[in-house]
Amino acid sequence: MVADPVPLQLAAELFPNGISRYAIGGLFVGLGAAVIYVGTGISAGASTFLESTLSYVSDQSRFQQYVTSRDWRLVFTLGIVLGAAVYAVVYQGGTWTTDVSWWRLLLGGVFVGIGTRVGKGCTSGHGVCGVGSASKTSIAGVLAFLLVAILTAQVVAALGVTP
Amino acid sequence: MAASSDRHPLFIPLVLVGGLIFGFGLGYSHMARPEVVLNFLQFEDFGLLFVMFGGAAVTGIVFFLMPRVLDRAPLTGDRFERRLKSFDRNVLVGGAIFGVGWGLSGICPGAAYASLGIGNVTILWALAGMFLGAYLQGWWRSRATDDVDVTATGAD
Repeated sequence: MVADPVPLQLAAELFPNGISRYAIGGLFVGLGAAVIYVGTGISAGASTFLESTLSYVSDQSRFQQYVTSRDWRLVFTLGIVLGAAVYAVVYQGGTWTTDVSWWRLLLGGVFVGIGTRVGKGCTSGHGVCGVGSASKTSIAGVLAFLLVAILTAQVVAALGVTP
Repeated sequence: MAASSDRHPLFIPLVLVGGLIFGFGLGYSHMARPEVVLNFLQFEDFGLLFVMFGGAAVTGIVFFLMPRVLDRAPLTGDRFERRLKSFDRNVLVGGAIFGVGWGLSGICPGAAYASLGIGNVTILWALAGMFLGAYLQGWWRSRATDDVDVTATGAD
């Protein structure tokens, strides 16, 4: 058997599923944010939806600042769900469910819910729009959550928690 | 931000279209699958870097060009600005808390909504957790702010 050139071997090790699905998907994510920005000047993130939607049901003063934007944030989120559903119908050929344990999702969700709001953004707000703005705050935020997430995932895996 | 009453009629449809493309991208890139994100964090598949930086490359170009092409956004009349948030300790503290949650579950907000779209009903656990977490910090910060107000009034 003829060995692949070293760069290809390396790529196969680092990217066992290739890179096209990730690169093409990423371009669509950026395009979605860009479409909203071009029309409205808004750089949209996905996590403010949590607080803005809570303003419908809670009187906490913290949530009231999002009352004016809560309707379009609801529409943006509905769009995300529907867009992913289009992917599922066209490419996935049916529904898909995760094997990750319910308690990891619930507990992780609580940390994500607290952290993203305290830290002023998430993977789309800081990671896509903030990094795209060359914002030092967002780059610091991304580095913080990336490093801690890697550490956490490694520890969880080392403890033998699967999936 | 334009008030709901004087918004351009295409504002909401455009946000929906943007969300659709955004969500399709999250589905296509497999970010809506927690397993794929966890594989990245465990150094088994570095594809996620292409998603984040691919997305940031597109927004970077558009954020750079739009202020030079147009004075104001057509549907809101708002100026085109970059996404710049003030830096303080919260960015790092919040980022670290977010990191614990992301590393434990493999799920972040946008990807969680998209995950529901690909039929992953199990993700409702994560969504419930996120709303609970966002409520907890909102409750705590509302109380902290109100306390400051009370103290300020009391001092007067």
